[in-house]
Amino acid sequence: MGASEAHDPRLAQARTEQVWARLGEVTDPELDEPVTELGFVEDVAVDEAGGVAVGFRLPTYWCSPNFAYLIADDIARAVRALPWVAAVRPELRDHMSAEAVNRGVGAGLGFAAAFAEFAVEGDLDGLRETFRRKAFQRRQEALVLALRQAGLDDAAIVATRLCDLDAITFATPEAERARRRYRAILVERGLARRPGDAAVVSVDGAPIAAAGLKAHLQGLRSVRINMEANGALCRGLLEARYRDFDPAAGEPTLADFMLDRVPPRAAAPA
Amino acid sequence: MYKTATGEEVFVIDGHTHFWDGSPENQSNIHGKQFIDCFYAYHTALSPPDMRWPKDQFEKYSAEKMYHDLFVDGPDDMAIVQSTYLTEFYKNGFNTIERNAEMAKRYQNRFIVNGAFDPRDGEKALEYIHYMKETFGIKGVKLYTAEWKGSSRGWKLTDPDAYRCLELCEKLGITNIHVHKGPTIIPLDKDAFDVADVDHVATDFQGLNFIVEHCGLPRLDDFCWIAVQETNVYGGLAVALPFIHSRPRYFAEVLSELLFWVGPDKILFGSDYAIWTPRWLVERLWNFEIPEDIRAERGVEFTEEVKRKILGLNAARLYGVDVEAQKAKLRTETVAAAAE
Repeated sequence: MGASEAHDPRLAQARTEQVWARLGEVTDPELDEPVTELGFVEDVAVDEAGGVAVGFRLPTYWCSPNFAYLIADDIARAVRALPWVAAVRPELRDHMSAEAVNRGVGAGLGFAAAFAEFAVEGDLDGLRETFRRKAFQRRQEALVLALRQAGLDDAAIVATRLCDLDAITFATPEAERARRRYRAILVERGLARRPGDAAVVSVDGAPIAAAGLKAHLQGLRSVRINMEANGALCRGLLEARYRDFDPAAGEPTLADFMLDRVPPRAAAPA
Repeated sequence: MYKTATGEEVFVIDGHTHFWDGSPENQSNIHGKQFIDCFYAYHTALSPPDMRWPKDQFEKYSAEKMYHDLFVDGPDDMAIVQSTYLTEFYKNGFNTIERNAEMAKRYQNRFIVNGAFDPRDGEKALEYIHYMKETFGIKGVKLYTAEWKGSSRGWKLTDPDAYRCLELCEKLGITNIHVHKGPTIIPLDKDAFDVADVDHVATDFQGLNFIVEHCGLPRLDDFCWIAVQETNVYGGLAVALPFIHSRPRYFAEVLSELLFWVGPDKILFGSDYAIWTPRWLVERLWNFEIPEDIRAERGVEFTEEVKRKILGLNAARLYGVDVEAQKAKLRTETVAAAAE
């Protein structure tokens, strides 16, 4: 954060925190989990001119370039939404396509243009939509299980309206989180708009019959099992790849503290 | 041979093993380094701590060590050793059929050596399939559709050149087509785990068996759906199985999906040696029970009979191994070795 030290350090600190908060809204398209919680984002630097650099990495050198591109693009969009930001530079590191991704996103190219030398097909919107659908299904499973736990029977669950969903008192933070995440994607996809709209519907907006809820849940479960495989692998691989955090090699960054990567020994003042 | 706590013998065929050289001396470029580093990350991330190897040993190990880990310390009776070339990354290839065959010759009756081909080689690929059949008598191949070649970053089983290769395999009796559908190298713009091409070729090549390695794990639902419809599609457990240690409940969910959709006759055990070693995997699999609620959800049973099928009998059927004859052969050899 060399340049930022020239101006008000409190402002730089505040802006850095704003960037981190925005990044918390960026999810890995496939895992539907925030890239900050997955440990992908390494560091954030802001300068006086409103430039933001976001260093990030992925669990392996081989992670799909189209996913990497999506993440880099989503990072750029999320950070650019802050009013004081003039320019964003996502910087993918330690990846087979790092150069092409960084250059492409920086220049505002589409994925196909950034990888023109390999004659790639299609755009990323189809892929993005596939994974948003899966994210909806995964979040719905978590919500339905939370509703069951709260004592609702199948008939009550499928009859839940958006206003009912908002009014339920959940006993656990997990259930609260499940509601928040489900509600966000339900509204994002336009599946429920008004308080009286049905809140538990299929990914295409179709109503679900009480008698069909069990079979519906089995389908949701399969989606979750798939996504969990990737999540578990990604976390394990990222940790295995970068486990050599060495506090002696330099000061831990804000990212290290936020992601709980700093052992107590390093966190204590010397 | 795995011996249960009650003294029963279980015949084990390890459906997926490698004898590789990923050492720095053999690496051609940064990709070669990153490839073995990625394998090593899988190894360290999913192995129990006391099963982890030092890095240099993992990069390159001897045939003696492999034999020991699989058959002496490990419970395998036989192992299918796959060939993976990766010639863009490794000077002498990663694990070639010649290297595998040399080891198999040294340890008779233990290894089933599988070949590999790249349909992008055109006519040369067809010649190579003939060569492998004549020289090594292969009954199977391992296909790595994500392998790089020049500016190509992968191929599909449904490519016209791939069809010609598969036609030849069917004609020559190379009937077991292992397809890598899982992690590691990923084609540039494709969904890396897309299993749709398996669906097409399985329909068109009824005389071939398609063993989808890693069960297309992150696309387990698609894989299961295909396996239900195609009687010649099998699932290899490599990569899914180590979750038995780190996330047993999750492994139970995966296993119950496979048992429900794919069925106990079409699932194959594989350690993915040297990413993992078979001893702990077989021990845990044999002693594994699916929690009651998950079992009830899918109505599946994980009985000793099912475990025997997965651990060896299914692979024996695919590769024409007469289990009783093989056991007798191995017993004689063990006695002979002890007498020496």
